[in-house]
Amino acid sequence: MADMASPKAFAYAPAPESRAVVDIAPSYGLFIDGEFTEATGGKVFKTISPSTEEVLSEVAQGSAEDVDRAVKAARKAFVKWSALPGAERAKYLFRIARIIQERSRELAVLETLDNGKPIKETRDADLPLVAAHFFYYAGWADKLDHAGYGANPRPLGVAGQVIPWNFPLLMLAWKIAPALATGNTVVLKPAETTPLSALFFADICRQAGLPKGVVNIVTGDGSTGAALVAHEDVNKVAFTGSTAVGKAIARTVAGTDKKLTLELGGKGANIVFDDAPIDQAVEGIVQGIFFNQGQVCCAGSRLLVQESIQDELMDALKRRLSTLRLGDPLDKNTDIGAINSAEQLARITELADSGEAEGAERWAPACELPSSGFWFAPTLFTGVTQAHRIAREEIFGPVLSVLTFRTPGEAVAKANNSQYGLSAGIWTEKGSRMLAVASKLRAGVVWANTFNKFDPTSPFGGFKESGFGREGGRHGLEAYLDV
Amino acid sequence: MPTTVPAPGNDADAAGRLKELADVTASDSTLRRFLHGLPGVDAVGLEARAASLGTRSIKTTSKAYAIDLAISMIDLTTLEGADTPGKVRALAAKAVLPDPTDRTTPRTAAVCVYPDMVATAKAALAGTDVKVASVATAFPAGRAALPVKLADTRDAIAAGADEIDMVIDRGAFLAGRYLDVFEEIAAVKAECGDKARLKVIFETGELSTYDNIRRASWIGMLAGADFIKTSTGKVAVNATPANTLLMLEAVRDFRALTGVQVGVKPAGGIRTTKDAIKFLVLVNETVGEEWLDNTWFRFGASSLLNDLLMQRQKLSTGRYSGPDYVTVD
Amino acid sequence: MSESAARLSVFKTYKLFVGGKFPRSESGRVYEVTDSKGNWLANAPLSSRKDARDAVVAARKAVGGWSGATAYNRGQILYRVAEMLEGRKEQFVREVAEAEGLSKAKAAAVVDAAIDRWVWYAGWTDKIGQITGATNPVAGPFFNVSATEPTGVVAVLAPQESSFLGLVSVLAPVIATGNTAVVVASEKAPLPALSLGEVLATSDVPGGVVNILSGRTAEITPSLAAHQDVNAIDLAGADAALAKELEIAAADNLKRVLRPQPVDWAATPGTDRMTAFLETRTVWHPTGSLGAGGSSY
Repeated sequence: MADMASPKAFAYAPAPESRAVVDIAPSYGLFIDGEFTEATGGKVFKTISPSTEEVLSEVAQGSAEDVDRAVKAARKAFVKWSALPGAERAKYLFRIARIIQERSRELAVLETLDNGKPIKETRDADLPLVAAHFFYYAGWADKLDHAGYGANPRPLGVAGQVIPWNFPLLMLAWKIAPALATGNTVVLKPAETTPLSALFFADICRQAGLPKGVVNIVTGDGSTGAALVAHEDVNKVAFTGSTAVGKAIARTVAGTDKKLTLELGGKGANIVFDDAPIDQAVEGIVQGIFFNQGQVCCAGSRLLVQESIQDELMDALKRRLSTLRLGDPLDKNTDIGAINSAEQLARITELADSGEAEGAERWAPACELPSSGFWFAPTLFTGVTQAHRIAREEIFGPVLSVLTFRTPGEAVAKANNSQYGLSAGIWTEKGSRMLAVASKLRAGVVWANTFNKFDPTSPFGGFKESGFGREGGRHGLEAYLDV
Repeated sequence: MPTTVPAPGNDADAAGRLKELADVTASDSTLRRFLHGLPGVDAVGLEARAASLGTRSIKTTSKAYAIDLAISMIDLTTLEGADTPGKVRALAAKAVLPDPTDRTTPRTAAVCVYPDMVATAKAALAGTDVKVASVATAFPAGRAALPVKLADTRDAIAAGADEIDMVIDRGAFLAGRYLDVFEEIAAVKAECGDKARLKVIFETGELSTYDNIRRASWIGMLAGADFIKTSTGKVAVNATPANTLLMLEAVRDFRALTGVQVGVKPAGGIRTTKDAIKFLVLVNETVGEEWLDNTWFRFGASSLLNDLLMQRQKLSTGRYSGPDYVTVD
Repeated sequence: MSESAARLSVFKTYKLFVGGKFPRSESGRVYEVTDSKGNWLANAPLSSRKDARDAVVAARKAVGGWSGATAYNRGQILYRVAEMLEGRKEQFVREVAEAEGLSKAKAAAVVDAAIDRWVWYAGWTDKIGQITGATNPVAGPFFNVSATEPTGVVAVLAPQESSFLGLVSVLAPVIATGNTAVVVASEKAPLPALSLGEVLATSDVPGGVVNILSGRTAEITPSLAAHQDVNAIDLAGADAALAKELEIAAADNLKRVLRPQPVDWAATPGTDRMTAFLETRTVWHPTGSLGAGGSSY
């Protein structure tokens, strides 16, 4: 990590973002039919800040009965909402987009507190993308006739949406914006460890004057999500999360008419050829695996480097990793924040340990971890083979597995040798090679000479066990239309 | 072939590696092959990295440190047709005592003038450690014959210049005559000898592409530049975070390959404290503390100094300062 | 010729179509296929799970070549299928009439429609990508393009009732876009499907692109639905109970599942059966600017 000891060093003084911009209530209920209500039975759970383990608030544990109430509210609201002229639905979404922009600093700080990711990311990536997503889909609401799905495509009804903890508000936007634009109503279950931004979003719906029941937020654990996707009056299930849970959901909806889209795990290959723009490739590798502490389904977690440049690339990468700043997520200069939960930290630790046990060489920069909270130093493994667990299983943490290849064909074969197929990266200055490799990669998103870029106009989603359906762009409408 | 990372080995290898590089400049074709074998630069990625470092938040103690460091790195510059001895003497006085109300303010690194003003500047700075830098070689266009450029250089040094800021022949570079560019720099370097440090100006705005800037950087370093410098300040696009970051990567890689350290000087267009601090962050996170003093990093600037001084006053008094509380040049 | 010398016809031995070849079932089993009135027509191979596995291997092997062929080339080959069928129309009219109990005129209309369906999909091969793809105007200096790719190996449960037009209507869209198929023919009326294999074999369709199995749908399909090297499944020929069972099995590797739905096979299809087995891949690449001049603070 950055050397703070030398008197000559340009040490950055702490630059914390103010917490005062966000006012977190001591407890939150479920947001059903436009009102906050207690969970049936009154069960609650705590949500903590992963960087300090401080309790931020108490949140209701939604039961199957609560899910039923929420679905009923959404069903009731669907009648009017779907009948509303698209232009009117659009204006509600534009309002939401604008309110998010207005409250973006507050939401960024909130997200950083509840999730543990650096304020730099919530401020510069999550929140701008959240607002942009609502803005983009707002514009579709009255133009669905032109979307390529025939005249007057109809909404599906009530959408049950379950989202993960890695980009809580952004995943909410990816789910709710297209659903509402197309005339569906939603019941959304945020992740157990990051419920707060969704509850703040409920307040944004209030400010926007959104009709009651159009958006319902039911907090809870996995059982709440299971009740939602199994509910017989849900017409559409959208899930982002682990492949294991995705498969369980696919089994749950089998034999029903529920439309299903799944955005699941990944083990993205980031392929660096010997003619790569090396300095930018190093940045792309860092962005690929250390963005959001690597807790990204499309992370470039497998680095495939052409053997002839492995040594120089590793030296450059290690040098770069040594400048990463790990610490207080609210500090504006923090590059690496906290791991989201003790459970996730344990999983990362276990898989990293397996890498060592299976013979890969582990390296991390000298790095002091805070004494409280959940932390994992940016780590890379060299000498990894396709047979190692760390080359096959999704770690979902700041751990990079480095493998080598000799030829483009071998690079593609290794990249595709995975149950997953979400993302991949290609680094080369040769255009024809980029296009040839991209066309052979079984991955839903290919970043060439860049990585981890997102945009509301750009469809996102996986091949193979990374799921199906696309979010973003015109393609993202299909998941919420009866087509 | 060049690499972008430290080659393994120790300093004993450096001589051998330098010798290898002598072969690189043996002919036009070997030099061309070498330069075209350098890793390409992705413009979007480079600019994104520079912009990302530009979001660093430098506050309180680190801001105070950065402001003083920036002041000490300024080549306080006047390069006008209207320059007079009076103007140059005023500038020299400001270099020595930037803020008359606060004698703890560091001096600037140098005063940078045209060759005919070197003697005036030298006299005005006598007894101080502020250097006199002189542009030379038919600055800013560089459109003169080599003997004229060498004479220009010789004159400046004879008048007492400690540093020579030469311009490369962009026409030769863009025509692909890399060896001509190299040899001209080498000839000026020979003229400087151990009497003056040589800064080589690429006029990055005219080279236009980042690949060209990387290649020019290597030509300059191979030819013996003590500093590589972005611009003359006389064209539309001068120093930018991106082209400076690219040149910092070049000096980092050159030292890794040869063991020879080369300085970097962004010039032109840097006017505010905020800008200057962004450049210092680039230095800090690209090449590190070994470049964080005025032996290895300079700002070619004039109005920047007053903004730094006002920010410095704000830090020490807690009040925002104004233009009436710093000196006009 | 005198009546007593009426020529005895030559029966056809119906075989599976796998990897471009015509094997019998490895199990050695056959089952009796009758016409709509219960008269014996032929013994069809009763495929086993191992036959299904062999078919998947053949289909997988064919993916690279078929998906890598130009769309123009695939279109020509699909059109060639129509040409070949046109020449063998009489045979298919007879088989369809027998299988589905249709009059000769109605059977002829069905076969005509099936031939025309090949022509329809032949024309789609080099157009579907243009309506499913997009260049996306992202808010940054990037070229961003989405294009569709075939999903891979698709298991197809052909409709049980419409033994030929239904079959063509589910098979042609799968292969038009570059997928390869393992087709399970209508259980009680497999003969038109098995004969189609003979047409495909002479239509420049590379071996393995289409593989046709006959037998008990409920016996063969669970292993296809669970097969980890099958990427998608069209449940057109499954009843509700089987469809649910297969959809659950398909979740093991998250196959793309096209659920059974009421379809008028005579109507001009939409693009759904093609898009159901396409994957969208989005590629980003920096665009940059013409010079290094654009940067500023």
